Amino acid sequence: MERFSLERNGSTLILHISEELDHHMAMQVSRTVDTQIEKGNLKTLIFDFTGMTFMDSSGIGMVMGRYRKMNFLGGQTYVSGIGDGVDRIFAMSGLYRIIPKYEERIQEA
Amino acid sequence: MKKKNEITFVFDSCSENESLARTVMAAFIARMDPTLEELSDVKTAVSEAVTNAIIHGYEGGEGKITIHSQIEGNIVRIEVSDKGVGIPDIDKAMEPLYTTKPEMERSGMGFAFMEAFMDELEVISSEGEGTTVSMRKTIYSALNLS
Repeated sequence: MERFSLERNGSTLILHISEELDHHMAMQVSRTVDTQIEKGNLKTLIFDFTGMTFMDSSGIGMVMGRYRKMNFLGGQTYVSGIGDGVDRIFAMSGLYRIIPKYEERIQEA
Repeated sequence: MKKKNEITFVFDSCSENESLARTVMAAFIARMDPTLEELSDVKTAVSEAVTNAIIHGYEGGEGKITIHSQIEGNIVRIEVSDKGVGIPDIDKAMEPLYTTKPEMERSGMGFAFMEAFMDELEVISSEGEGTTVSMRKTIYSALNLS
């Protein structure tokens, strides 16, 4: 069974993950996404959490770590498909101040 | 419903066991008929405490983690213990966003989440001997069960 999957669309990379995101899972996901970031030509990274039932602070660290890499390369990072449980964790950690929801992004003219 | 119940389990310190620990705890408190939010609160707090024991207590090395939990009426108490390196400065460790392992992408939110999701949190630690995190939470839906 796929625990998470990557979708590459030009310069956009979407990570779909609905598996419980803890420290164990975060390490695996980080490695996979980093390989894609290091390949280059990536302008947008979207974390799609549709269907995710559980996340702890390791998920915050994983998203922030990828954001730093994308930011360094001049790219954008978004989160998407946020359910109630994940929303609480993100709001409490202040993550939205740095990484917007894809659905609420400010479109460039 | 049985008014009192108790469980103790011991497992190896490795990241694969994080999901095991919170799944066992979720099953243990299921009889209290928690709301989805209450269940998620307990799972998150347990996950944070166990992850701390693995990453900080045993610094990724070998060791055993013990979880002892008691249900009494509508209150659940959970103790997560390791015999790892201990925490030199507990107040500092509990500050939100403070982490000793930024290189491992730790967000420094572990204790903040435990405090937010549980009603009470107590950390006892001595350097070289280990750490015990004790948490308590009232499961309000359990009030209605006779």
